Amino acid sequence: MLNVKHKLLSGAAAAVILPGAVLAQEAPALVPTDSVFILNSLLFLIGGFLVFWMAAGFAMLEAGLVRSKNVTMQLTKNVALFSLAAIFYYLIGYNLMYPLGTWAVEGVLSGVWGTAVLEAVGVTADAADDYGYASTGSDFFFQLMFCAATASIVSGALAERIKLWPFLIFTVILTSIIYPLQASWKWGGGFLDGMGFLDFAGSTVVHSVGGWAALAGAIILGPRLGKYTADGKVVPIQGSNLALATLGTFILWLGWFGFNGGSQLAMGSVGDVADVSRIFANTNAAAAGGAVAALILTQLLYSKPDLTMILNGALAGLVSITAEPLTPSLGAATIIGAIGGVIVVFSVPFLDKLKIDDVVGAIPVHLFAGIWGTIAVVFTNGDASLGTQLYSIIVVGIFVTVASAIVWFILKATTGIRVAEEDEINGLDMSELGMDAYPEFSKS
Amino acid sequence: MKLIIATIKPFKLEEVREALTEIGVRGMMVTEIKGFGAQSGHTEIYRGAEYAVNFVPKVKLEIVTDASMADQVVETITKAAKTGKIGDGKIFVLDVDQTVRVRTGETGADAI
Repeated sequence: MLNVKHKLLSGAAAAVILPGAVLAQEAPALVPTDSVFILNSLLFLIGGFLVFWMAAGFAMLEAGLVRSKNVTMQLTKNVALFSLAAIFYYLIGYNLMYPLGTWAVEGVLSGVWGTAVLEAVGVTADAADDYGYASTGSDFFFQLMFCAATASIVSGALAERIKLWPFLIFTVILTSIIYPLQASWKWGGGFLDGMGFLDFAGSTVVHSVGGWAALAGAIILGPRLGKYTADGKVVPIQGSNLALATLGTFILWLGWFGFNGGSQLAMGSVGDVADVSRIFANTNAAAAGGAVAALILTQLLYSKPDLTMILNGALAGLVSITAEPLTPSLGAATIIGAIGGVIVVFSVPFLDKLKIDDVVGAIPVHLFAGIWGTIAVVFTNGDASLGTQLYSIIVVGIFVTVASAIVWFILKATTGIRVAEEDEINGLDMSELGMDAYPEFSKS
Repeated sequence: MKLIIATIKPFKLEEVREALTEIGVRGMMVTEIKGFGAQSGHTEIYRGAEYAVNFVPKVKLEIVTDASMADQVVETITKAAKTGKIGDGKIFVLDVDQTVRVRTGETGADAI
């Protein structure tokens, strides 16, 4: 398992010293060869387009779980946030996340500021940035998708009442600074990595980060009108299309094979391919565990199964296994995922008790299950230390929550973040965009 | 002339239409409605929070017929729409002052 990127910077001297943590771990191949370079790059490309497809999953899940009067807006946010993430990760994020040993503040802040730069057209083995690893284009493409996924998590929680532009401004700051900065602490070889923090594909680095940002946003933004009554009752607001929500969940499930499998970061040896295979199988097992746990639990608690909870349960299973999809057995992966599903079923009503309105369950799925998954590493990976895992969860949590809250408060004080009451009642589709998602459907 | 308003269970619509066609009813108006009566509502749970379903979906039929046929129409609807369980619906019979066929200008029974 290799968590730290050791790509060399374009144009940098070939003799850049690799972070010590890399050397301590198993190398992907002892002798770099064309086939290792090709297969590793291929893994990133396949993994990358699978993770890209998760953007479609988030879009469909959210479109299905909001009311029909807010569907166009939710889709607009999803395509816009993905595209902004792509631009700002290129402009700032990529080098902020991967300083390759050049730190402005050792282990905390990258010293490399500037855009991502690809290898030359038709690059040769000698001129490749990192012949022993993979092509820079494939690495950038793959890593960009994780950054975009983090931003996607936020949009669902804040749906149906946030203004478009302030939300997009937040997305820009999240994807250019907040996400890459904290990701450098682990995947860029920073101080959390140095301490031995283990987070294979990002239960903390990706999912809980999106979750903390969403939590800060949901609290500062406030609940949707009518969601909670004055006497403290919860008024359910049902999603408009559970077929779309289910499709979105299956798309995310598919994308997760790339998310976790690609995070092996190597496919050039028998061991690596076998590990990628283990990861695919474990990832699937955890999703199944999460879904079945939510199915059974909602039946027992509410006497009828709740599809939206089952969908959340599958996703929580996926988030739970993301911190360590390699070392668990299939049975352990199923149980880790199932516990994620249980967490979701209990934490959705818990958030409602606190009057934190999370439209799609993003905070239970990505934050709570992300914390659980990060802790669960210690059960199957002997290299993990519970103290270090908890320390990293807390450090990342405090940083992301505080940074996000500052941005949300600044936006609230300047542009405002919430649409007018009348616009919220009429739906964001007509009030903000002048366009219905389903113009030929009557609303009853 | 009489106006017969009937609320029935939605899945009974086709049976009622067939039965009415058989006795010679040549037209009706159909609306999907929600409402409550003796059946009242029930509660469900969405994402852990209970909510009341206060209105039950029904279909409303409106049939204008000659007064002489009204009893037969009511009887036919009652028979076809009945399941014997709560929520089978209601039928109301009202007097109609006038009917006009827009295309020809015919009035009264000729216009039905």
